[in-house]
Formats: sequence, structure tokens, C-alpha cells
Amino acid sequence: MSPRLTLATAGRVLRQVRHDPRTIALLVVVPCILIGLLAWIYDNTPVFDQLGAPLLGIFPFIVMFLVTSVATLRERQSGTLERLLAMPLGKGDLIGGYAVAFGLLAAVQALVAAGFAVYVLGLDVAGSAWLLVVVAVVDAVLGTALGLFVSAFARSEFQAVQFLPAFILPQFLLCGLLTPRENLPGVLNAVSDALPLSYAVDAMRAVTVETDATGDVLRDVLWVLCFVVAALALGAGTLRRRTP
Amino acid sequence: MMKNGGTAPAIAVRDLKVVRGGRTVIPGLDVTVGRGQVVGLLGPSGCGKTTLMRSIVGVQQVAGGTVEVFGQPAGCAPLRSRIGYVTQDPSVYDDLTVAENLRYFATVVGVRRRDLDAEVERVIAQVVLGDHAKARVDRLSGGQRSRVSLAAALVGTPELLVLDEPTVGLDPVLRRDLWTIFRRLADDGVTLLVSSHVMDEASRCDRLLLMRAGVVLADDTLPGVLESTGQQDVESAFLTLVDRAAAAGHRDPHDTLESSFEREAR
Repeated sequence: MSPRLTLATAGRVLRQVRHDPRTIALLVVVPCILIGLLAWIYDNTPVFDQLGAPLLGIFPFIVMFLVTSVATLRERQSGTLERLLAMPLGKGDLIGGYAVAFGLLAAVQALVAAGFAVYVLGLDVAGSAWLLVVVAVVDAVLGTALGLFVSAFARSEFQAVQFLPAFILPQFLLCGLLTPRENLPGVLNAVSDALPLSYAVDAMRAVTVETDATGDVLRDVLWVLCFVVAALALGAGTLRRRTP
Repeated sequence: MMKNGGTAPAIAVRDLKVVRGGRTVIPGLDVTVGRGQVVGLLGPSGCGKTTLMRSIVGVQQVAGGTVEVFGQPAGCAPLRSRIGYVTQDPSVYDDLTVAENLRYFATVVGVRRRDLDAEVERVIAQVVLGDHAKARVDRLSGGQRSRVSLAAALVGTPELLVLDEPTVGLDPVLRRDLWTIFRRLADDGVTLLVSSHVMDEASRCDRLLLMRAGVVLADDTLPGVLESTGQQDVESAFLTLVDRAAAAGHRDPHDTLESSFEREAR
């Protein structure tokens, strides 16, 4: 791996996105609309304060997962992946480049969505608002990392899109948003302990309910980052320079 | 041009065997390509040209045999910046401009930052796309797109160019221009392996590899091929070779068609 090639790859991916202004607009505006809709639905109830922050982590996670899996699938199908792997580019450079590029996009998305939720919609945050943004960015990077890994198994756009219900919805059901994780049946509780989104949502919840949440949040964020590294390493491992 | 592996041939393939999807595509192929030549790989669609090229570039899983490029095993890391590979379908980013594409690929092959602009300009001029440097690739015609793909293989001045049907679908003027570029590169010491299913491109090559069903039927110059078959054009020569190989194959099923043919030719 070389930092120069990783950054060159990230720059190339960002340049591709820049040529597609509608995608940028969707990335930034859609989470705000969804959060706004949520706030409106639960107007005059405490529910928005409970659900708002976890969803602020989940929306970027899902969006980044989708965008990344489609982007890497396109790279495979256009033949550019084969060209790159025949060139002196490390697999880590490619995967790392995507992670950096989409991580930056995710940061913009999280900043806008969190700012909108806190300052416009009046989301009540016990801890500091910047922690909210940090966790949202980490969640989005997790979505990117899982998207990179999973796209290795998709042979068509149809399959890539199906991976959303297959990989993301079970995590969504078990992450503690519908029912606190400790109330889940024993087996499901154990399963949810092994899923990355659980830690992402735990971190978001800690930011909103604890005034001095830094310790708990950092522990959960570290867990999420472990999943990110593992998914990126597995993603790089699935790239083959030689194909049948 | 000869950095290392001094006198080793550009390409040395020995007993190459490739199986794809349970089907033997290349049953055991030997071929050697000297440096600084334009070698035409001719044969019908599906004869294994692309598979052989992929094996030489080092992106094909092989079932047996050895492939060496400049004396080093194909696909090894030091070779990756010395080989330029152009796939049959243009493999560049549709949503980037021509210059943005080439800049990225130039960075990947190790062109230094301060040389990037000059290098991009040089390869764009080489494939005659000067007017389109700032155009997005998806706004270009098919022929222009394949020239962008070719330019992406020319960055960093590779010593071996493996080009899979680079002239397919191009108008005659453009085809002639491309062959002029190939000739100029070869004069600079670059080795080119160019595949085509258009037999009349044979006259452009220093040497021909006629291929059918994963087997090299002939490895000779154009006059050599015509003389040994007693034919006037490559297409008829090719058909003669196929007939001879089929006849030889019947007599000795355990031997490869190629070696049987070679024995008979001698």
C-alpha cells in the first residue's frame, strides 16, 4: 500500500462523484428530509429525542452501503478493476481509496444532517453535539466498509441491491432501535452483540442520554472501527489479480 | 528500453494450459516473442486470443505451464509497470474526462507529480485526441473511447503492449493511424502483441501467430506463412493450415495439433 496511490484513488472517486451533482444533492438532502419527517411524525412527544440520534447514525450507514456497493460493482463491470489490478496498484490502495473518498462524503452528509437535526429540529442531545457528528461519520464509514466487502459477492446490480435487505435489515431489526437489546431473547441478544450496527446505535444513544458520554461512546466507536478494519481487510482479500 | 532481464525474450510461453468453466481453452501452448516486434495474434472469435493475452498480462488463472515476460514470471509485481494492457471493451471511467482518466492511470504506474501534465498531454497527442482532453468519456464516440483506453495503456511508456482487438469498429483512416502509432512505438523498442480477427491486418505485423481452438497453427512472417501454404492471402493460408492440422490431429490424437503440424511442415 502507498499513501500516494490511496489518495490518488480517493481523488479519482471524488472526481467521479463531482461529475454527478444529482447524487451529491441526494446524499446531502435525503437524510435531512427523513429526519425532518421523523420529527414531524413525533411532534410534541419525547419519541423524536429517543429515535432521532440513532437514526442519524443509521441513515448515512444505509446510504453509504448502497452507494459503495454500486460504485465498486461498476468498477468490476467496466473492466477498470481488471486494468487496475494488472497495474502497480495495491489492493489496499483501491479499497482504502474508496473508504477515504466515501468517508469524506459521509462526513459532509453527517455534518449537514446532524446540524439540521440539532439546530433546526431541536433534537435534544445530553452530550456534546460534535460527538453526534463523529459517531455519524464513523457509522457512515462502516456502511462504506461493509458495502465494499459485500459488493465482492454481487455479480449484477440486482444482486447488489438485494444485499441491502439481506445484510442491513437484520442488523436494523436487532440493533436495539425497536426493542432495547437487553430485552431480546437470549440467542438474538448474542447475535446482536456480534453485529456492527448494534455498536453504532449504542454509541449514538449514549451521546443523547449521557451528559458525559465520552468514555462509553469511545468504546462503542472503537468496536465499530474494528468492524470497519475487518470489513476493509476482507474486502481487499476478496480482490483477485487473477480471475478464471 | 531494456531495463533488466537483458536478453530474455519479451514473451516466453511454455506448455501453457488454461481451463475456463470446465472447458480446456488452451491445451498446451508454446510461443516466444522477441523484443521490439509488432506481433499479430490472428484467429477467429473464441479461439483463445484473449485468454492467451490475459495469461501474458498475468490476470488469467492458468492450469499449467509457464509464462515469462522479460524473463520474469507473468503477473509478478515488477512487471506491472512495464506492461500496458488494453482489453477488448474500453476500460476507462465513463464519468471522468479524458485527461482525468489518464492522470489517474499515470499516477498509478508511477509517473511523478511534476511530470503528470506532460505525460497526459503526450499520450493524448499520441492517440490524436487533443480536441477532446476535457470531454467526458461517455460523451465520446465508440472509436474515441477505445483510443482513450489505448492512451491509458501508453502512460508511463510500457515496454510491452498487449492490445486486444484495438482496431475493431474503427474507420479505415483511424485504423491506418493506429497502425502507424504501433509501428512508431516498435521503432522505439516497444514490443507489441496485437490481436485481431481481421486477417488483412496481417500485413502490418512483423510476425504472425495464427491461432485456432487454443492452438498456434503458425508462428512466422507473412511471406513465410504464404510460402509454406502456397497461398496468396492470409485467409486462404489460414484455412490451409486448419485443414492440415485437422488431418494431422486425426493421425496422432495424443499429440498437440501444433507440434504435429510443425513436424509436417518441416
